[in-house]
Parts: sequence; C-alpha cells; structure tokens
Amino acid sequence: MSGRVLLSRTAESLYWLSRYIDRADSTARLIEMGNRMAMLPGAYSQQEWRSVARASGCLDLFEDPEGITEAAIVRTLLLDKDNPSSIRACLENARANAKSARTSLTMAMWDALNDGWRKLELMDVAAVQRDLQGVLDWVKSRVAMIRGSSTSTMLRDDGYLFLGLGGHVERADMTLRLLDVKSYVLLPETEVVGGGRDHHQWTSVLYATSAIRAYNHVYRSDYSPGKIADFLILNKQFPRSLLFSYAKIVRCLDRLAESHGQRHAVNATAEEMLSDLHRLQVGEIFRRGLPEFVAESIGTTHRLGAEISEAYHF
Amino acid sequence: MFDEMSGTGDEIRAPYARVAEWIDDAGVPLLQKRSEEAEAIFRRIGITFAVYGEGGDPERLIPFDLIPRVFAAHEWAVLDRGIRQRAQALNAFLYDVYHRGEILRAGIVPEKLVYQNSAFVPAMMGVEPPGRVYSHIVGIDIVRTGPTGFQVLEDNCRTPSGVSYMLENREIMMRMFPGLFAGGAVEPVDAYPDYLLKTLREVAPPACKDEPNIVLLTPGSFNSAYYEHSFLADLMGISLVEAGDLFVRDGLVWMRTTHGPQRVDVIYRRIDDDYIDPLAFRPDSLLGIPGLFEVYRAGGVTLCSAPGAGVADDKSIYIYTPDMIRFYLGEKPILDNVPTFRCADSDECAHVLDNIDELVVKEVHGSGGYGMLIGPKATAEECAAYSERIRKSPSEFIAQPTLELSTVPSLGPEGIGERHVDLRPYCLVGREMRLVPGGLTRVALREGSLVVNSSQGGGVKDTWVLSE
Repeated sequence: MSGRVLLSRTAESLYWLSRYIDRADSTARLIEMGNRMAMLPGAYSQQEWRSVARASGCLDLFEDPEGITEAAIVRTLLLDKDNPSSIRACLENARANAKSARTSLTMAMWDALNDGWRKLELMDVAAVQRDLQGVLDWVKSRVAMIRGSSTSTMLRDDGYLFLGLGGHVERADMTLRLLDVKSYVLLPETEVVGGGRDHHQWTSVLYATSAIRAYNHVYRSDYSPGKIADFLILNKQFPRSLLFSYAKIVRCLDRLAESHGQRHAVNATAEEMLSDLHRLQVGEIFRRGLPEFVAESIGTTHRLGAEISEAYHF
Repeated sequence: MFDEMSGTGDEIRAPYARVAEWIDDAGVPLLQKRSEEAEAIFRRIGITFAVYGEGGDPERLIPFDLIPRVFAAHEWAVLDRGIRQRAQALNAFLYDVYHRGEILRAGIVPEKLVYQNSAFVPAMMGVEPPGRVYSHIVGIDIVRTGPTGFQVLEDNCRTPSGVSYMLENREIMMRMFPGLFAGGAVEPVDAYPDYLLKTLREVAPPACKDEPNIVLLTPGSFNSAYYEHSFLADLMGISLVEAGDLFVRDGLVWMRTTHGPQRVDVIYRRIDDDYIDPLAFRPDSLLGIPGLFEVYRAGGVTLCSAPGAGVADDKSIYIYTPDMIRFYLGEKPILDNVPTFRCADSDECAHVLDNIDELVVKEVHGSGGYGMLIGPKATAEECAAYSERIRKSPSEFIAQPTLELSTVPSLGPEGIGERHVDLRPYCLVGREMRLVPGGLTRVALREGSLVVNSSQGGGVKDTWVLSE
C-alpha cells in the first residue's frame, strides 16, 4: 500500500498546480483578447482593458479602474508577484505546488514546469510591452508543454485525477467569469442593434477562449449572442464550455469515488449541475436571464471546490 | 603532495589510465563545453540546493566537475572493510551509552563527554531500537594523503546528505560519456536506493506485522536538501511527508491521505532531533509531530536515525572511535583517525596555542566548514583572535595538523588544475550492512583551498571504483 497512497497535501498541491497553470493560460488569452480589441478602429481601449481586469477578478487592484492602460494590465495581470492571479504568480505558485508534490510528478512534467520559471521575474513592463504577443505565446506554450507532458507521461492514478479536476474546475470558473463580464453584450436585444461594434464585442468573447475557429466550424461565422452563449455554455465538444468542463469534472470525481470506495456530497453537486446542463436549451437560459444563470453557476462551482477539499481531507 | 592521477611524479597511476586518455583525446576546450552542457542538465532537472536570504538565484547548483575520481578495486577493498568496521563500532557505541555504558565504566571514553553532550538524549536510555541500530546511514568523511594513506576526518551518524549527487553525477557521466563506461569498467552505484529501502524495511517496529509503510520526513520544499529528499523518496517509491502530514493517535503514527488516515511504520527522517516532537524535545518549536517520541519508545514506529544518534559523531567523541573499534569488535582499526588535539585537555591546549599557525582548529559542534581556522592560511591577527577564543572556552575546540590532502585533476576556466578532494561513502546499517562501491567526492574548486563544503565554493565529482 505504500507509494501509491496519496497524501492529502499532495492531492491538494496537484489540484492547485493544475488550477494555477490553467489560470495563467486563461489570463494570457484574456490579455490577448484585450490587446486585439484595443487595436480595432473606434475602440474604447480603456473599456476593453477594464473588462479584462474584471474577468480576471482583479478590477479592485487597479488604481484608476476607469482609465486602465495596457501598461497597467501588464504590470498587474502579468508581472505583479503579489497579485495571486497574475501570470507570474500563477506560474510561480504552480511550480511551488509542483515542488511540494514532486514525487507525484514525472520528470517530463517537472522539466516543463521548471524550464524558464524565472523568465517573468527578470522582465519589466516595458520589456513585456515591446513584445506582448511573444510573451503571451510563451505562457501558452509553457502551459501546453506542462499539460502535454502530464498526458503523455503520468500514471493514471489518483494524482492524475486531482490534476484533471483542478484544470477543469478552473476552466469552468474562467468561462463563467468571462460570461459574467460579457453577458451585457450577449443579451438578446443587442441582436437587433447589430453593427460592426457589436460584432467585435461578441467575437471578443470567442477570442478570449481561443474558440473563434472552433466556433466557425460549428456555426459557420454566424455570430449571434444566442449561438455564442450556446457554444460557451452547452456545446458538448468545445473543451472550455461549461458542459464539457462539468462532464470531465463528473468523470474525475466518479473515478476518485471508485478508487476510494466512497461517494461524497461533491459527486452529487457535480452530477446535478451536469444533468441541468444536458437538459437546458439556450433559449431557456436567456428567458431565465443569462446574468442570473451565470451567477448561480459561479456559486455552484465555488461550492464544488469547497466540497472537493472536504471530501479528500485537504 | 600526492595527486591521485600522477602520484608524486609524472607517471599516470594505473587506475587513471582511462581517464587520462579521455582527457587527452577530448582536449580542454571540448571538456569545458561539455561541462556547460552538464550544468544545463542539472539545472533543468532541478538538482539544486536552496540558499535563501542572500539575494540572487535562490536555487543554486553545486558545481559538478567532469573529471572523475578513481579508486582501483584493491584500494576500495580496504576502504570498504574500514568503513563497515567503523559503522558497526559507532552503532555498538550508541547501544552501549544508552544502556550499560561499559565503555564509560572501563574508563575509555570520559563519561562527561557523553552525558554532558548536547546531542545525548537521556530519554533514550534503555530504549531498544529494532536491530539495535541507531545510525542507519553512516556517512564517513575520508581524506587521502598518499598511495595507501587514508584517514577519517569525521563521522556523520545523524542524517548525512549528498547521496543524491553520488547517484546523479554517475547518471550524467553515463549519459554524456557512455564510451568511458564501455565494457563495465566501473562498478555501478545505482543499487543505493534499493539498499536503503531494504535497510529501512529491516528495521520495522515490533508493532508492524505486515508490509511496513515507510515514509521520508522532510522539513519541506524550502529546505536546502529538499531535492535530495524528493529524489530518494521517488527512487524508493515511498511517500515524502512533512510534519503536518503526520499525527499520533492510539499509540501509533498516521499520515493524512485522501483515503483517510494510514498507519506509518518507519520514518526516514531528514530533520534534526530538536524538531521531531515538540512534546519531547523543544516545546518552543512549532515543527514536529507531538507525541511521536512516545510512540517510538513504545515500539510503535521506527525513527531512522534514532534520536540521540548524534552523540557518536560529535567531534569530541570522534577521537575515541578507534578505541571503540578495539573495545566492541576486538579488531585493529583499518582506517586511521586524523591525529586530533583536544583543547579541553590543558597540555594539548597549550600545544595547540603554541602551534596554531600550523594547525586546523575546529569548533567541536561546528559543521559545514564554518567557524574553523586554517593556521597556515591565516594571518597573524586571525591566529591571535582565534587563540583568544580558545582560551575563553577551550573545551569547545579541537585541532588537527594541516593535512596534505590528495588532489585530483579538475576542470576550471583556465584549464585543468590539481584540486584537493575528500570522500563521503554512505554505509547502510539494518539487520545487514550494505555499501555501494563509491561515494560522494567533494572537491575544493579554488586553487590551493582545502575547504570542500558546498557552502564555501566546493564542487562534486563522479567517484569510480574500478571493477577487477
């Protein structure tokens, strides 16, 4: 029984390591979206940066929330070591968690986590701004390396399940927060307003989740709030949709329940959420109110996180 | 001065033939380039030791020197016997001082050196550790002064570190220079983790009736040796735990897992006595597992090494190790001590003060190469200041002649130079004794320096024992 029994602390480290790398990835995509929007003709770039700050949950960290600049975004969301949601802090926290759970990681994973971990520490705002896209690409490729190495080298044991759980909970959370910020552009009535500006507002949501191409494949560039919401909430194939994330969460929790020989409150919470998502149509979500639906789902996802730590003695 | 490759002249000594040829073939520039590659690999794998609070990179590398240090099979055969003999005597001494104290009654070791020693743990009196083993991993620091001259500089009976470098140095050499090892010329060292696991399994406590659950207890990821802890736990496939993962209940030790509590039988602890149990040792410490020591005394769990094992490796006790070998084993010591003067003795102290410019003086409780005076390299003022310290508290100091430590060619930015080395083999003691052929060679990378500690500019080398 030695060896493969998982310490609660290790399970917790794996769960958070996974959440942190996914958060770094999502934040990189968010900034990318903001950057893109700010370049559009007639853009209110401060407003775009403001929604980036809000979606990352960091709006109150900005001194002047009405006049957020690219430099301020880079400083706070990319480089600030004291902001736990900044990319730098996420990568450092991911590495610290990895170090503490090191015996549960493979060499390849550690390699991917360790490689270049001090890069951001050595950069200042100006240096990042000179090549913002390059830095964001680097972050995304780090995360892809870490995910890829875990998929290709880790034993499919409990540790792997906690890693999967963290990643999918984080993705569900991020998609919900993005919907929360953008739900005003996704109200059905904006559909009649139309025009270029709204088009970009809608597509920005897809850019922020790196979903634009995938969306095009499914809906043939037909950008309407209903379809975008459907895609991000109910699509069964898009790996950042709420339904997809919850399907994975349920699967991880099922397998953990199996290997532990015990089911917990968290299993019921996740399953209930998933069956709701399967049953719901996007029209019904809009009738109930998208902001209300999003707020409720954020609540459920937070409760889920708490129930995971309770079930596995974090 | 004795160089291990060229002896005292220009002739290459036989064990180094292959290495010398390799150096000639490769040439210095290529070796320097490969040396950078090796460093990049170490850095990537994360084989670092942590240095906090000094600024700069908190995770540093121990410099790795590519040129191996070599022992012939017959040279190692002597070391092997000498090391085992010493490890056995040290454990016999520990059992004795925590039981009847025969060696003290016989007047061979002064009582007060033991009973007043800060590493002596009175609560260990009468405790019967499994297999009567106190120090399960004995690290013996050995220096060489000539073709047959080997001397023990220091014993480490608590939690000697560095074995991960022994293993990784070999891995990296085999990976970078497979040709050097062709034909099985070098004895492998990779059995160490397996030997260590066997050793730990053999000392399972009486309360454990089935397969023991063995864990490695680390102070955590901020500890300077954390890499080694995780590395060994990984190679043995055992859990790497921190104090917060363990607790005591119903007379047993448990670890918190996602499955709920799991019983723990053997703890290979890499933390000091002072921090294992706040109830038994330091009430002011927040570290440790309350109640652990009581469970240990009752035979519910085994601690490796046993609390109080440090009394055998204290520098004031070191002097008596050859006597221990004669007393407990009835044998002649195979490895000599370095002659040592105890400043606690007034005659010897006077001798030390008169000859301080020729001696190495150390604090009895010091470690890591800090707080010592190397007479021949010190200024008159430094010697005077140190003499003053000795006069104030003589019993805190010992002194040894400055040894002509052997050198091994080493690679530096300016090319190859001869640098002083020592050797730390790791002897494993369970129901059986186990020792892999080799150890950790530490090298003083600064020219002329005798200090091999990694905290003071020391590096490491791969250590070869040639097969017959």
